[in-house]
Amino acid sequence: MKKLMIGNAAIARGAYEAGATVATAYPGTPSTEIVDSFSQYEGVYAEWSPNEKVALEVGAGASIAGARTLVAMKHVGVNVAADPLYSFSYTGVNGGLVLVSADDPGLHSSQNEQDNRGYGRFAKMPVIEPSDSQEALDYTKLAFDLSEQFDTMVMLRITMRLAHSQTMVKTGQKREIPLKDYKKNASKYVMLPGFAKRRHAEVEKSFEQLREYAETTPLNRVEMNDTSMGIITSGVPYQYVKEAFPDASILKLGLVNPLPKQLIKTFADQVDKLVVVEELEPVIEEQVRSWGIEVIGKEQFTLLGEYSSEFLLQQLSGIPMPQGFNLDQEIPARPPLLCAGCPHRGVFHVLRKMRLVVAGDIGCYTLGAIAPLEGMDSCICMGASIGTAMGMEKARGPEFAAKTVAVIGDSTFVHSGITGLIDVVYNGGTSTILILDNDTTAMTGHQDHPGTGVTITKQPTNKLDIEALVRAIGVKNLRVVDPLQINELEKVLKEELARREPSVIICARPCVLLPGTSKPDHKIYVDNELCNGCKSCIRIGCTGVTFLEEEKKAQINGGCIACGLCEQVCKFDAIKRTEV
Amino acid sequence: MQDKVTNIFIVGVGGQGTLLTSRIIAQVAVQMDFDVKVSEIHGMAQRGGSVVSQVRYGKKVYSPIIKKGDADIILAFEKIEAARWLDYLKPDGMVIINNERVNPLPVMSGKEKYPDTIHEKIAGLLPKTVIIDATAIASQCGNVRAANVVLVGILTAAIGIPAEEVEKAITAIVPAQALQVNLAAFREGLAAGA
Ligand SMILES: Cc1ncc(C[n+]2csc(CCOP(=O)(O)OP(=O)(O)O)c2C)c(N)n1
Repeated sequence: MKKLMIGNAAIARGAYEAGATVATAYPGTPSTEIVDSFSQYEGVYAEWSPNEKVALEVGAGASIAGARTLVAMKHVGVNVAADPLYSFSYTGVNGGLVLVSADDPGLHSSQNEQDNRGYGRFAKMPVIEPSDSQEALDYTKLAFDLSEQFDTMVMLRITMRLAHSQTMVKTGQKREIPLKDYKKNASKYVMLPGFAKRRHAEVEKSFEQLREYAETTPLNRVEMNDTSMGIITSGVPYQYVKEAFPDASILKLGLVNPLPKQLIKTFADQVDKLVVVEELEPVIEEQVRSWGIEVIGKEQFTLLGEYSSEFLLQQLSGIPMPQGFNLDQEIPARPPLLCAGCPHRGVFHVLRKMRLVVAGDIGCYTLGAIAPLEGMDSCICMGASIGTAMGMEKARGPEFAAKTVAVIGDSTFVHSGITGLIDVVYNGGTSTILILDNDTTAMTGHQDHPGTGVTITKQPTNKLDIEALVRAIGVKNLRVVDPLQINELEKVLKEELARREPSVIICARPCVLLPGTSKPDHKIYVDNELCNGCKSCIRIGCTGVTFLEEEKKAQINGGCIACGLCEQVCKFDAIKRTEV
Repeated sequence: MQDKVTNIFIVGVGGQGTLLTSRIIAQVAVQMDFDVKVSEIHGMAQRGGSVVSQVRYGKKVYSPIIKKGDADIILAFEKIEAARWLDYLKPDGMVIINNERVNPLPVMSGKEKYPDTIHEKIAGLLPKTVIIDATAIASQCGNVRAANVVLVGILTAAIGIPAEEVEKAITAIVPAQALQVNLAAFREGLAAGA
């Protein structure tokens, strides 16, 4: 049967049809739906791992034990998993292992736009790139076969446009693949120097075989047409090329590492002008150049962002982008923002009011960095907040630490904040760390994590006790507050910042978007007699309050969920509640 | 079957239901045996940001995204979002605008002004502009959240796809408890667009 599927669902389907029985992931846009949708198939095991390193390690174990295994993460997740990746690439597999890296050219939902095809080159790992959902399904299945045939994990590299585009897919039957036998084989799976040395040689040998395979694999195909221009491309950019240059000859690469040198040389000889169309890094282009083949590449395009058909037409044919319509009107920007009633808003209001230096982290709360809250000084990667605050203290001394906090979400704390906290305690830091515990991984669409006590399939499980964990690390000063009780939060913050010891303040209140979050009975309104238009309530940046320019009054609008934050910040008692 | 690809560009504010709308339109195209591609935005922008989803259907569709200046129709759930994405419209394309104002943060905070007559400006510039109070119609049908299917009704009338196919798609996609309201809202939109 044919149906529409997003790329991520097609990958899950492909893994299921290939007989994969184990899948692991840590959520991250644009990869999240892969293992989430795999988890809905019968007879498989899927988990949200605490982070990507654990996800790949569990995947490696499942593979060594003989199961076909799918591991998925966003591009920056592969950095977290890079340590096991670079050694698991030596041991090779038993059951096939496919690692999906979901890259994000254009930074739709990410902190950088790194190109993970580079991992394939460094780790001597085959990299496969589909260009629509059908290929996502088919290539995933093939990737499992290749993984076992060449004894290596395979990277399936996708981008946001593949992950979140729906295209037609014909699904197939699930293959019954029995577990491979498990036999102890220390010289293959124990990476001591002596064993690893031999494995390295094996990896190089099988990579040479992969080079030969690349020349003939059905993953690469030539579409010979008008020979005045030949384009080498892969992934979604292939679709942009077909749209922009329907008559051009194309070498479409499905296997982008290793490259088919001979196939490329032959193709180059057949066309007058050779062009490489690839988003982000010149991975294909530089290799082709290194073989002495003349090629048009990044000098004509860009290292930045996503491509499109009209961009290619402009860069290659000089057809200018359409000018559009002149409305002669400024359109106000519409940045994403914290929801009305979001518990994070209380925290950032207080941090701004106290003029603290804020070492931030990644999650919905990173939106606290933008106007009007503007309550964040740094945000590097997941888990970085605590280490960053520690570094600031060690550079500038404890007085600086007395006006510095680290802010980190619950999912992020479990992902990679714990070791930072251990460092603070071990090396005598005095940081104050706020864990924003909203009982979910909100940013990526409300996935569960060890601290929620629920699994990926919504089964109840052991719940990580974050308080006990923090105490066990050696933090003596632990406070739990409601982040929407801002006077209390401010008081607690002052007390803990004054201490020359590490403190953790858990700001506990569930995300307002979680089903079952209790909604207050009362309504909030503005008493126009008392409102003097001071805009204090506007500066919390809530979608539930509007400022009426003409009347110079605040107004509560339909977006309000009566969290009471504006009521607390109003100095004139003009914001009130009705009992319903 | 027509060779030409039809491009529908759907814009709105994160949380307004653009995703569901694109899925309904795509489902109709699937039922009619077209090749279909849909591009969606998930993640960060859904937190109240400006969002876009794109549906393309025809005999054969390559790119999942619509070229600038190549959309046959822009379906806008909110007034300034219609204006923000207007560059994607064909010179003789059609804009369907929900007469709904959702203030973005710079407006709420009084930093910027909301151009409240922007839809009229668009109508002045583009003869094929339809402005509709989809939210009010949806509310009469029993749920403001059905405003998106009111717009689907207008669209159905505008591009002349069979209404039965759209009702079939709505039935397939909308959760059962919301179906009656959605079908009613769709029919109101269809009538308004006729
Ligand atoms: C290494 C890595 N993995 C995944 C992500 C995607 N991501 C960004 S923030 C986040 C977690 C957010 O959860 P939490 O810390 O609980 O904050 P919340 O969004 O709930 O406020 C995730 C999964 C990322 N940016 N980097």
